Amino acid sequence: MIQREESRGRWDIITGNHAVAHAARLARVKVVPAYPITPQTTIVEYIADFIARGEMDAEYIRVESEHSAMAAAIGAAAVGARTFTATASQGLLLMHEVLHWAVGARLPIGMAIVNRAVGPPWSIHVDHQDAISQRDTGWMITFVSSNQEALDSVLMMYKVAEDDRVLLPFMVCLDGFVLSHTFQPVHIPDQEDVDAFLPEYKPKHWVMDPDNPVTLGNLVMPDQDYMEMRWSIHEAMIKAKSVIKEVSAEFKDRFGRFHGDLVWEYRTDDADVIVVATGTLASETEEAVDVLRDKGESVGLLKIRSYRPFPIEDVVRIADGRKLLVVVDRSISFGQGGPLATDVRSALFTAGVDTPVVGFVTGLGGRDITYEDIAKMVAIAREKVRAREVRPVEWYKLKG
Amino acid sequence: MAKTVMDLAKGPKYVLPGTAACPGCGAQIALKWVLKALEGRTIFVIPACCTSVIQGPYPKSAFKFPVFNMAFAAAAATASGMARGLKILGRTGITVVAWAGDGGTYDIGIQALSGAAERNEDILYICYDNEAYMNTGIQRSGATPPGAWTKTTPAGKAEMKKNMALIVAAHGVPYVATASIGYPADFLKKIEKALSMRGFRYIQVFAPCPTGWNFPVDKTVEVAKLGVDTYVWPLFEVERGRLRITMRPKRRPLKEYIKLQKRFRHLTDEQIEELERAFLARWEALEKLEKQGTIFV
Repeated sequence: MIQREESRGRWDIITGNHAVAHAARLARVKVVPAYPITPQTTIVEYIADFIARGEMDAEYIRVESEHSAMAAAIGAAAVGARTFTATASQGLLLMHEVLHWAVGARLPIGMAIVNRAVGPPWSIHVDHQDAISQRDTGWMITFVSSNQEALDSVLMMYKVAEDDRVLLPFMVCLDGFVLSHTFQPVHIPDQEDVDAFLPEYKPKHWVMDPDNPVTLGNLVMPDQDYMEMRWSIHEAMIKAKSVIKEVSAEFKDRFGRFHGDLVWEYRTDDADVIVVATGTLASETEEAVDVLRDKGESVGLLKIRSYRPFPIEDVVRIADGRKLLVVVDRSISFGQGGPLATDVRSALFTAGVDTPVVGFVTGLGGRDITYEDIAKMVAIAREKVRAREVRPVEWYKLKG
Repeated sequence: MAKTVMDLAKGPKYVLPGTAACPGCGAQIALKWVLKALEGRTIFVIPACCTSVIQGPYPKSAFKFPVFNMAFAAAAATASGMARGLKILGRTGITVVAWAGDGGTYDIGIQALSGAAERNEDILYICYDNEAYMNTGIQRSGATPPGAWTKTTPAGKAEMKKNMALIVAAHGVPYVATASIGYPADFLKKIEKALSMRGFRYIQVFAPCPTGWNFPVDKTVEVAKLGVDTYVWPLFEVERGRLRITMRPKRRPLKEYIKLQKRFRHLTDEQIEELERAFLARWEALEKLEKQGTIFV
């Protein structure tokens, strides 16, 4: 992160979940359907407190499930309200059907995902399987590495989502416990500054209104526009890439902070080896990069902030001419390998870049992965390439 | 003065000609009455059900009111979000209606419905009950009556119908009513009453289906009347916890209702008598509840 100068606001030492709740408050969301799930719960608790104390003017709907949370968010957005909810793990999986619905209806709903493993067996710890399993819903998916980035990203992504060129919902993903329940210094911007950055949501397209009745979502035949509607969602995702860059730049101008846009690069300039990671594994990698550089190894980090839309061009640009890419996934596509590694390989192959890619699956169910582990994965990857033993997936830190 | 059926026959139309409903569709008759009473000041949430098709295919619609089509289980939750959104945006004078079939109400939608009822969301939930999954081609639901043939109960359904209206009423919501398109004056009175109240209101309207029940398409209203007259579909309301039977027709033999519909044609006289006793027992239970005064708080 780049923190240029002190902008207006105040500093506090708060958890990732508290930072997210502040973001929802500062974004002046109007409707919050809420359902508890560990490790997300304190987000909706903080928001309940903000509303009870009169610090936030929003309708709070204590729904009976996550499926209903997303359905209620869709209903509220369909009448023109800025809408926010948050969930994790099983809750996100239960929402899956209506996640697609939010995209098909082109509603810019905001959501925080506190990444957690998927059962069985029960595990409440960090793992990206929940969010990665929503990859193909058409939600914009952003992974963050700090509590500050969580707060800032929610604000930025509302601006992206509500942009006429985009009109897609977004999820900002923060690692369960590692960020959600960990205290970090966070700068909480002034409401006035946020209002100037993120004006009130006034949809220019349809809203549900008896004075201008429209029907959303009635039956479409194969020779009509279903396929074109899906194409337009994909086009919106592609356009979102430049909108994310614009908005990140504007945020940097206004607030003096920059976490990267689609990606964040750390010491990549002259690096032979690039480690590709997301979330807090990316911040661990920053540490590993420093340690390895101190030992004379030429290593850098490419953090994927925007998993969807996927930053194909940035990945190709940064990978081209390197000796090795090490991709670290905290989820698994069973029978294939790491989802991030697969995307990276696809981007490079399409562009004709032949940098070897070694993909690791690790850290599942909250297994602790430190900067030392990242350094070990780099060493293993070097050896695999040297011995010409690159495989679709390497499991790291499996018990013997 | 309350509107009469004749008043409503005049005035603007909101369900326009050219819908994709089957001939003789009971649901469409119910929908026309509801829209007339609402005078178009509404937003409809429609989960998967016959009305998903009745409205007509994209890019046109036969409905001159805003419609948000929604996933099967989600009608009441989506309507909740809309009502809260309208409230905080200060958009008043619009009734959010969840308009669902029996599958989307008795079965897959009951959880969201229960949640919305418990929260007393300011919505009008209308279940048009055609007693099976008709849009998917006649499969049994929790609303299918015992004995009825469907494609998933080829020998007739073994179980009773859920007491859905009482289940909703047990949430202690302001208003619950059953209605029949065979008795439009009673139906309209109930819609008007629901519209005069705030909070969670539920109307369950009997909507015979010639396609699924296998009766002639010109008999829909007759079947709807006979359902009430044979005590298969009692007309009652539960207002602030007190149950009132709103119509006490002279009871006619169940056979008159059954013989009109081929979905019951495999039933023997004994089975019909057994069914008659079962429906009569439900009626008597309702009468007991009526005498008790406040039954739900």
